[in-house]
Amino acid sequence: MARLGTKFALAASLALMAAACAKKPPADAGPPPGPAEPAQPGDTSGVTDAPVPGSQADFLAKVSSDRVFFDLDQFDIDAEDRATLDSQAAWLKQYPRVRVTIEGHADERGTREYNLALGERRANSAKNYLATLGIDASRISTISYGKERPDALGSDEASWARNRRAVTVTVQ
Amino acid sequence: MTTLKRTLVSLFAIAAAGPVAAQVTPPPVGAQPSEGLSVDVTDESGDDLIIAVPALPTPQSIGTPAGSTDALGRQVADVIVADLRNSGLFRPKGPGAVRDIQFPEVTAPQFPYWRGSDAQALVQGFVRANADGKLTVGCYLYDVALGSELTRKGFEVAPGDWRRAAHKCADAIYARLSGESPFFDSRIAYIAETGPKGNRRKQLALMDSDGANHRFITNGQSIALTPRFSPDYKQIVYLSYLNNRPRIFIYDLGAGTQRLVTEGQNSMFAPRFSPDGRTILYSMAVNGNTDIYSIPATGGTPRRLTNAPGIDIGGSFSPDGSKIVFESDRSGGQQIYVMNADGSDQRRISFGGGRHATPEWSPRGDLIAFTKIAGNFRIGVMSPSGDGERLLTNSWQDEAPTWSPNGRVIQFFRSTQGRSGTSSVWQVDLTGRNERKIPTPVNGSDPAWGPLLP
Repeated sequence: MARLGTKFALAASLALMAAACAKKPPADAGPPPGPAEPAQPGDTSGVTDAPVPGSQADFLAKVSSDRVFFDLDQFDIDAEDRATLDSQAAWLKQYPRVRVTIEGHADERGTREYNLALGERRANSAKNYLATLGIDASRISTISYGKERPDALGSDEASWARNRRAVTVTVQ
Repeated sequence: MTTLKRTLVSLFAIAAAGPVAAQVTPPPVGAQPSEGLSVDVTDESGDDLIIAVPALPTPQSIGTPAGSTDALGRQVADVIVADLRNSGLFRPKGPGAVRDIQFPEVTAPQFPYWRGSDAQALVQGFVRANADGKLTVGCYLYDVALGSELTRKGFEVAPGDWRRAAHKCADAIYARLSGESPFFDSRIAYIAETGPKGNRRKQLALMDSDGANHRFITNGQSIALTPRFSPDYKQIVYLSYLNNRPRIFIYDLGAGTQRLVTEGQNSMFAPRFSPDGRTILYSMAVNGNTDIYSIPATGGTPRRLTNAPGIDIGGSFSPDGSKIVFESDRSGGQQIYVMNADGSDQRRISFGGGRHATPEWSPRGDLIAFTKIAGNFRIGVMSPSGDGERLLTNSWQDEAPTWSPNGRVIQFFRSTQGRSGTSSVWQVDLTGRNERKIPTPVNGSDPAWGPLLP
């Protein structure tokens, strides 16, 4: 637990630094997305602790992030997003039978219906980039939740930045 | 002291009542006067007309499935009082605040007594149980100073529909005194919201215009959004995430079943009925690009109305069905555009600072309500040519206006900030002065008014 706490403190301080200069959402104090209890290296007490290859847990463990973030009202894929999606594409090439859904989201500062369309746009940006990397577009579906499913619940810049996202989820 | 305006008021024709609440003729009380009290819906003076509304007596207290006619008379008066007060135009005084009257007084008001009070208008009526099990509710409006009758109505309803008779009486009073079309006897569809902000349950629900007779339609397992009544109240079109795909469904209120407006793999949003109920507008995202389509309400071939790069979404027909107002970000941000119903002649009409979204054409045709995005979200109105932009609310986030059946009140939802932020349903009149929260059993959003009930 102590080790976990240190990680959180580090993440929080990094977040403060990032927030000061970057347009990207800080990985602020909230827990990172993904499995709550990632398998510990060297832990052999139970085989179920290791993610099943090709599973959602395996995806989360292997890719640099399951999500990319967007500027206010924007839907373009920048260098940071490309790095994230590159790692997702590499994993998808390793498991060619796995399909994914990309969930597009918006922050709460847009009207409901417009945000549904905006989330769709963002999900498609991520999908199109994966397709340029050679991932068959038929493996990727998109869905928008607009502002209906925020990840960060605050009404502040940091929360809004975290909510303007496209999240790749494996279809199991 | 209230300044009493006495102006010639043209006789106001109430729409013929339908089968649910047939209009019956109450006993005559003298000749119809051509002069009397009036109020102005654009009046911002705050000099509200004082109206006495005693409990409605009954010729004989008889038990009904909805309670005794005696108790119903008091409840009907309470509903009339609430409607009139909520309109923001009147200061009604109901049972408890005014003396009870006897049944024979209904058609023979004791004007000398009422002149001794501060009441300027007097609403009297009765509740009678008929042999066939129905109720007759009589409703009379009097000018206290003149000692004359201004209007009268009678309604025959099933006991369970007694609130409708009360709303119809309030409508008759509102229409006679304001010269505006009635709107209390109408229903609202909205999205009931419960649960934490990050995973909020969103259910389709219905209620009367005053929040009564609340009913959930969907169970909340799938997200439901943006409902709209068909003009005949038989159907509701809405967005559902059933099977994790946002698509447009038509829910049949009589049958309790629903069907897809159109099949397809693409996400669809923002459904709207045309004023005649024959056409449905919806917005569909294809490869991330959202455009507006129309389709016959009974199904058929969709017709694409917009094809600009960017997000074209929403849409609201003019009352005659010839034009559609919609929002598009083709200029860079959300702005309001008008086009012909076939998609031709698309023109931007909003040019004020900030963004303009969610346009809704008034059923009167004279105004377009919208959400103004300039930091906060505020509800505003402008003419169909884009002139005369006027903001009516000022809060952190007010959005998605829809109109009352008479085009005089706007409904919207208001969200509050932060992790405990919630949404609630509000109404505001065109002066912006009368703003109130609609009571709902749980939090709510996306309120949509149906027309006056048939």
